[in-house]
Amino acid sequence: MTTLTHSPHAHAQTSVSQVMVTVMLALTPATLFGFWLYGWPAINLWVVALSVALASEAVTLKIMGRPVRGALLDGSGLLTAWLLALSLPPWAPWWLAAVGSLFAVVIGKQIFGGLGQNLFNPAMAARVMLLISFPLEMTSWIAPLPITSAAAPGFLEGLAITFAGMPPADGVSSATLLGHVKTELGREISWVQALSGFFDPAGFALGQRAGSLGETSAVLLLIGGLALIARRIITWHIPVAMLAGVAIPALLFNLIAPERYPGLDYHLLSGALILGAFFIATDPVSSPNSASGQLVFGLGCGLLTWIIRTWGGYPEGVAFAVMLMNAGTPVIDRYFKPRIYGRDRKGVALNPGVGANLFARVAVRISSRLPGGKEK
Amino acid sequence: MNPNHVGANSFARLANRVRMNSHLRGVHPESHKALSAEPPIRVLPLPERLFVPLQQHIGAPARHLVSVGEKVKKGQLLAASVGLVSAPVHAPTSGRIIAIGDFPGSHPSGLEMPTLTIEPDGDERWIESEPPSNPFALSPEEVALRVGAAGIVGLGGAAFPAAVKLNLSRRSEVHTLIMNGGECEPYLTCDDRLMRERASQIVEGIRLIAHATGASEILVGIEDNKPEAIAAMRTASFASPVRVVQVPAMYPMGSEKQMIQVLTGQEVPAGGRAADIGVLVHNVGTAFAVQQALRLGRPLVSRIVTVSGGAIMAPCNLEAPIGALAADLVRACGGLRSDAARLVLGGPMMGTQLSSLDVPLVKGSSGVLALTSAEVEQTRPGPCIRCSSCVSACPMGLLPLEMAARIRAGDPASAVDWGLKDCIACGSCSWVCPSHIPLVHWFNHAKGDLAARERLKMKNEATKKLADERSERMARIVREREEAARLRAAKKAAADAAKKAAAEAAAAAKAVEKAAEKAKEEVAP
Repeated sequence: MTTLTHSPHAHAQTSVSQVMVTVMLALTPATLFGFWLYGWPAINLWVVALSVALASEAVTLKIMGRPVRGALLDGSGLLTAWLLALSLPPWAPWWLAAVGSLFAVVIGKQIFGGLGQNLFNPAMAARVMLLISFPLEMTSWIAPLPITSAAAPGFLEGLAITFAGMPPADGVSSATLLGHVKTELGREISWVQALSGFFDPAGFALGQRAGSLGETSAVLLLIGGLALIARRIITWHIPVAMLAGVAIPALLFNLIAPERYPGLDYHLLSGALILGAFFIATDPVSSPNSASGQLVFGLGCGLLTWIIRTWGGYPEGVAFAVMLMNAGTPVIDRYFKPRIYGRDRKGVALNPGVGANLFARVAVRISSRLPGGKEK
Repeated sequence: MNPNHVGANSFARLANRVRMNSHLRGVHPESHKALSAEPPIRVLPLPERLFVPLQQHIGAPARHLVSVGEKVKKGQLLAASVGLVSAPVHAPTSGRIIAIGDFPGSHPSGLEMPTLTIEPDGDERWIESEPPSNPFALSPEEVALRVGAAGIVGLGGAAFPAAVKLNLSRRSEVHTLIMNGGECEPYLTCDDRLMRERASQIVEGIRLIAHATGASEILVGIEDNKPEAIAAMRTASFASPVRVVQVPAMYPMGSEKQMIQVLTGQEVPAGGRAADIGVLVHNVGTAFAVQQALRLGRPLVSRIVTVSGGAIMAPCNLEAPIGALAADLVRACGGLRSDAARLVLGGPMMGTQLSSLDVPLVKGSSGVLALTSAEVEQTRPGPCIRCSSCVSACPMGLLPLEMAARIRAGDPASAVDWGLKDCIACGSCSWVCPSHIPLVHWFNHAKGDLAARERLKMKNEATKKLADERSERMARIVREREEAARLRAAKKAAADAAKKAAAEAAAAAKAVEKAAEKAKEEVAP
């Protein structure tokens, strides 16, 4: 007996795990750069985050009585943990990554019903939770110390830093640009002064700065992001809108009061903006599904990021901005729908005599009245 | 034709096309057309038996006019159309009717339908017919009448009676005739081969259809993956009002609404017909059938069918009589390979799966496919990750993921708010879904569910109306009875009163008389 199936009897060569793997591949250059820049402790942190995510997902699925294998192999849990790891301070203790991964997978995703059901981006939910709960550990940055340099910790030393809480040597700890400027502005020092000797756009673009594990190299992240657009995993709408959402107010305010508001390059090249615009905000589950909705969503993410960075209590705002806009996704989806064929924007059936059709008819009518025209 | 008219119109069209092309959406499945596009059309050797279903079209089944044992000639009327939307059925070959009864049709379940079984005599003797010497001299009504009498239906797959469409178009004064040579379904090449080999007949058929409807603009849309067909059609339509337009190869370009959109820049209003915006769309194969009917007086008794797929030995196009079994066609193409995983009637995107090859070919069958499991690419569906691939794929601008979520929640009615009724069931969403969710299956199911609910609602309303009417009628009867009784009582009362009054009057008169008499007596003495 043949099993009967509905059409179509063909399918695109695509699957969820393929999508996830492509995103991970796009993240790889920036991740490898992060490993090189921050050495063994960063690698350890990444391994911890991914292993805990896999383990906690397996246990959760088992407890809920759902099929473990398929959900585990789709790669979504790994990707979540990967993104979380990239957003952590590179020399953070192991338990920070472990608690974060556990939270992302169990609270951020599975409790909502698993893949595709979560309202918030799990990685960002976990990051925000960590930032609020462990502010000290989440803001202990270190200066770049490439794995190839003499001062870099070796493998064993790296294990000690990650797992035994060995404090980093003096002179290694540093501040992020955003944090530095925030502090200096708080001390009534203009950002221009604060930046002198701290901000070098070219070096920052390549990633030579203090920051989270995988957010520093704007260039490599951009390459990965553009590859995702080229592979049609994401569309340009959210990244472009989010960058514009930061760029427009940054330019505008910098023009009005240059001494108070840092300029465009500062905003685009610091913090997690590029990572956020291409890899975080574009999370399909928690972002709107129409092109117009995605533009609104991206613009909102960008604006909120800029507002939090400029006037908020925290130096960086990408995670908060994305989560706030995630909450707005259902509303955006309700009001921003694509126009249906044969209907106007409001969903009312097109009138055969209106718009394009009217134009053609009028043209015909006028021409038929001209000398030699067809008489009705 | 007035040059100004054409100028203004084509300018408007160009402006619209620029605007509308930005809205064109769809998918690009692998075409697999090379499998069957090159060998010329072959005529299927006459099978031992032909099974001719009485319903091969949208509308009412035809009523058979022949009886078992009767000898028929090729092209003889076997069954007459019934009602306004229907099509007659003709004998696909000469021979003897050996059975009239139920036979499995081209339904996935193998549902049986009324079918005439013919044993061919092998002579292929045509009926005598008197084709008009110049079909262009016929009136449009006469052309439509002959198209209807030839049993021609839309050969693109929908199988809507062609004459009904012609008459409707003439009444709606269509100005543009679009001939659909899109053939966007993968694997299918029957229209491609037909256009390459019989372009001049097709162009004549197109001009006849234009004559029957009064359309002044005639466009033939052909996907750019068929350069030979485009060249052949351009040559055949040289110096005629028929204009061949190359359109981008994209699924579902061959869908009526999408073809209209790309060629005219206009959209068919939701819930409306192409005729509402002055457009009529026919398939190129239908034009060929029209030409055969009007030039040669031959009804539609055969069609070109693509037999293809990775599990067919030697894929090609066959000219096969209606009623030949899919098995006959497959055998003529070298048979099945051992790895055939799925049999499909039609194209892979919208065709129906066959549980067996022993089903007859009908007028709307464009292909018989035998696909391997690698071609089918079937995987267990996973959860929706809201990636919106289906949104960018949907040619109608719908939100398949939202519709599916509502249908899953058991609320098909609210899926309508997200465009369920605008869905053309092209399957682009299912094709592109990385989670392999059978979206279009759910939509078709929900549409059926809604239709059933609406039927039930109408039935309930009709019952309620009848019940209301009955109770009203009963009340009226009671009221009338009471009224009558009251009237009767009143009448009786009136009569009684009159009687009483009369009696009283009589008594009074008597009294008066008596008194008078008494007075007389008193006076008399």
